[in-house]
Amino acid sequence: MSKPIREGLFTSGGDPRLLGSHCGHCGGRHFPRIDTCPNCGTPSPQDCELPPRGRLWAWTTVTAAPPGYEGPVPYGFGVVELDDGPRVITRLTEADAAALSAGQPMHLVLTAVSGPGDDEVVSWAFAPGDGAS
Amino acid sequence: MTAVSVAGVGIHPFGRFEDRTTTDLGVVAVRDALDDAGIRGRDLQAAFCGTAYGGVASGHKVLGRLAATGIPIVDVEAGCASGAAALMLAASTVASGQYDTVLAFGLEKMPKGIIRSSFFEPWQEAAGLGSTPAYFALRAQRLMATSGITDGDLAAVVTKNRRHGAANPDAMFRSEVAAADVLASRMVCPPLRLWMLCSPNEGAAAAVLRRSTGAAGEVRVAASVLTSHLPGSVLSESTPLSGLADDSIPAPTERAAALAYEEAGVGPADLDLVECQDTDAARELLSCEELGLCESGGVADLLRSGATALGGPIPVNVSGGLISKGEPLGASALGQVVELVRQLRGAAGGRQVGGARLGLAHTIGRGANASVVILQR
Repeated sequence: MSKPIREGLFTSGGDPRLLGSHCGHCGGRHFPRIDTCPNCGTPSPQDCELPPRGRLWAWTTVTAAPPGYEGPVPYGFGVVELDDGPRVITRLTEADAAALSAGQPMHLVLTAVSGPGDDEVVSWAFAPGDGAS
Repeated sequence: MTAVSVAGVGIHPFGRFEDRTTTDLGVVAVRDALDDAGIRGRDLQAAFCGTAYGGVASGHKVLGRLAATGIPIVDVEAGCASGAAALMLAASTVASGQYDTVLAFGLEKMPKGIIRSSFFEPWQEAAGLGSTPAYFALRAQRLMATSGITDGDLAAVVTKNRRHGAANPDAMFRSEVAAADVLASRMVCPPLRLWMLCSPNEGAAAAVLRRSTGAAGEVRVAASVLTSHLPGSVLSESTPLSGLADDSIPAPTERAAALAYEEAGVGPADLDLVECQDTDAARELLSCEELGLCESGGVADLLRSGATALGGPIPVNVSGGLISKGEPLGASALGQVVELVRQLRGAAGGRQVGGARLGLAHTIGRGANASVVILQR
């Protein structure tokens, strides 16, 4: 049984979604959910689910475990621009930077970030492709 | 507004000093600055101390050893811009007429390895989202794509700064390196290799500010600006988890530079030298663009022309930059100020920029905070 790294960030299951906010005033979409739109200052933006697909905008590889992280290394790390605009910081399932290219389709998955022996903890990540099987 | 001058500067070399406390480092830098200004600790009317890791009352502990207490002493934290934040506050108390003689200083002993701070939430660290060099790498990759930067250009920044740093006795790394060795160093986060990243370390720096007397040869604070970020940019140093699909949001450095140029009544073409944030090699190039040293997208030509090397028209990081000096967060910005003052006095030895009259110092980091200081002789 896996548990999310933090409640309220994403839905679990086979077809996950990131949980964000949509500002009715400026139209900005944000991840994670927030109390006040950071762009225009409008309070109480609406909860929304963000599109699970987008395109790769920037990427690298984390080769050494950063402080406070006990999961596997190396791992991919980057920014995916979702289909309706927001750019999201994310882990990538592909750790080889040379295997990725700008603008390629990516889709949301959940990935284990726990250390060996721990109960499985999952976080969001994006994987190459549009996710259609 | 009262004109503000830099009456004295002091520095404790940047490096690793196992046998000295943070306070020890600060005492050396502040005593040097007081001596340089020809005053004693009790002549100070206020003091502002930049530090991110120093802990409670860092400034008091230093000034207590120099008989300089009984005045307002305020510790200031603004990430990599902490020292510049201290300078801005100190300068504003003189400019407003509140005080005549004040101190801005900064000190730090950084933990070794990847910088860990309370900035990231524990869950972000556990999710693998707390890798500082990975964020640097994403910024570097974007700049390489938009400005046509190559791996060789990144290495050229390192060889330039290490060459400059070899002439700076206060730098941690004082040897030149070859581009091939930079490109053979361990890959940390592509495209950034180990030697392209600055090392967090230890050090202190200080500047005594005084109401300007108008004397010939005086170094004046022409501008001291600090700003935070505007929201919306996913790769902002505020490290949000999302941002807008909008590339037109001005970076904090661009905003700080615009305000500083306006305050000083100068433009980037007037500058004789620049000390800028080179936490990694790509960051120096991005800083050059954001400071307006070239057109947006034009930094590859600027670098390859040799313009930013000592002897070129706009030398950048003649101190060796953070790549040679290392980065003690709270002291970093004031270390730049020490370098500019030495350069403007013509006292920079083997790395002297001939005839330097106008210099700019820049930092950008966590918060996000950006600082731009312009000094003029």
